[in-house]
Amino acid sequence: MIRMEQVKKSFGSNHVLQGVDLHIPKAESMVIIGGSGTGKSVALKCILGLVRPDSGRIMVDGQDAKTAERDAFLARFGMLFQGAALFDSLSVWQNVAFRLLRGSLKRPKDEAREIAIEKLRRVGLKADVADRYPAELSGGMQKRVGLARAIAADPEIIFFDEPTTGLDPIMAGVINDLIREIVVEMGATAMTITHDMSSVRAIADKVAMLHDGVIQWTGPVGDLDASGDPYVAQFISGSPDGPIEAVR
Amino acid sequence: MTYALSFLAGLGALTLSLLAALGRITLFTLETISHFFRPPFYFKEFGHAVLNIGYFSLPVVGLTTIFTGGALALQIYAGGARFNAEAVVPQIVAIGIVRELGPVLVGLMIAARVTSSIAAEIATMKVTEQIDALVTLSTNPMKYLTAPRVLAALIVVPFLVAVGDIIGIMGGWLLATQTLDFNSATYLRNTADFLEASDIVSSLVKGSVFGGIAALMGCYFGMNSGRGAQGVGRATKGSVEAAAVLILAANFVLTGIFFAS
Repeated sequence: MIRMEQVKKSFGSNHVLQGVDLHIPKAESMVIIGGSGTGKSVALKCILGLVRPDSGRIMVDGQDAKTAERDAFLARFGMLFQGAALFDSLSVWQNVAFRLLRGSLKRPKDEAREIAIEKLRRVGLKADVADRYPAELSGGMQKRVGLARAIAADPEIIFFDEPTTGLDPIMAGVINDLIREIVVEMGATAMTITHDMSSVRAIADKVAMLHDGVIQWTGPVGDLDASGDPYVAQFISGSPDGPIEAVR
Repeated sequence: MTYALSFLAGLGALTLSLLAALGRITLFTLETISHFFRPPFYFKEFGHAVLNIGYFSLPVVGLTTIFTGGALALQIYAGGARFNAEAVVPQIVAIGIVRELGPVLVGLMIAARVTSSIAAEIATMKVTEQIDALVTLSTNPMKYLTAPRVLAALIVVPFLVAVGDIIGIMGGWLLATQTLDFNSATYLRNTADFLEASDIVSSLVKGSVFGGIAALMGCYFGMNSGRGAQGVGRATKGSVEAAAVLILAANFVLTGIFFAS
């Protein structure tokens, strides 16, 4: 479904991605782990075309991301941003139904609102939230609204960028469970980037470890604890000693 | 010799960076204009921009121009008294407000009020990944955020300038008739007789150009802001500085075009 081949990206002298190879089969949930600043978000943004890679190839369903028709290409994706990235000037339902109110997926306003409320229910929010504004919601509620927006147009592929950052452990657990349920229910292909190990275990079918600009290890989530890879072992144990340099 | 070389190198680097910025702004402007003619069109965003830039700027435009018109009348009266030319107050106030002060003051007020708010809003959207979210929702940020604001400013600011011109002249008339003993009917007749169509056209054209510059700078600096609160602050400050300088430069050029001959 998604294939990255030797993807490289530098910002000045900072070589963030140095040849990333990654394959995510259809309907599989892949979680990319790695320390802060290792290029997880950059890899994700390269797939979406938000960041242009310096070299390498990104294929989605055999189609080159660089040459694909942008609107049709992006219509296949939903994305939950780290800070939810809700539009302040729009009400909650207008945020959720953003894609359904304009462009090729445009629906009548009443229908779009109904779908938005249905998606809000799906993520555990009541209909009375629909007419509130993002600034009136807690961090956890904003994440749920972001999740509802990501799934509003029933995308084939969903990206989750640090879905539990800034949430308390209970709310993080709720969001993890929601993501897992929705991905399974929709049969969507999912790519999540996180450094929260509880998210990894809750969401992932497969895990990839990104370090030094390349994928150091990839395998099923069940193999994570016995991966034999020193980078993965150090990352999941959180130990300062190991091949990953800890800046203190 | 070394100092001279490093001075020249610095000068060259500065020139290159200025030219690069000019190139980026030109491309940004051309892309914005291209979105005026290519669907989809976001009428609701355009309507919001018309309200924000036009309607909600009326109080500040009115207050700025009424005080300036009054002060101008007083200055001309006091200056004219030195060579017995007090009677020219209505004519000079009219020409001064319509040709220069009306459009320039409105342009600068728009730069202060609208450019800063556009830059801060878009920069904050960039910092909080809302611009990226727009892209993932198949919406071109240039089309959704920039084009409606710039188009609204191009259309609405001439109206603001017209209102500012009228209120500015009214400020001069109020001061002249209430404190300088001018006859009201004569003052208004002298104002109307002295103004020519080209004065009004130049005023409105300047308004449109200044409005376009103000909105473009807000959008450009917002879209290219750096990270964090500091990035938003820099974008806002830079946008107002650039808009103000470009408005004054454009005023010089347009005045030359309209009135040099």
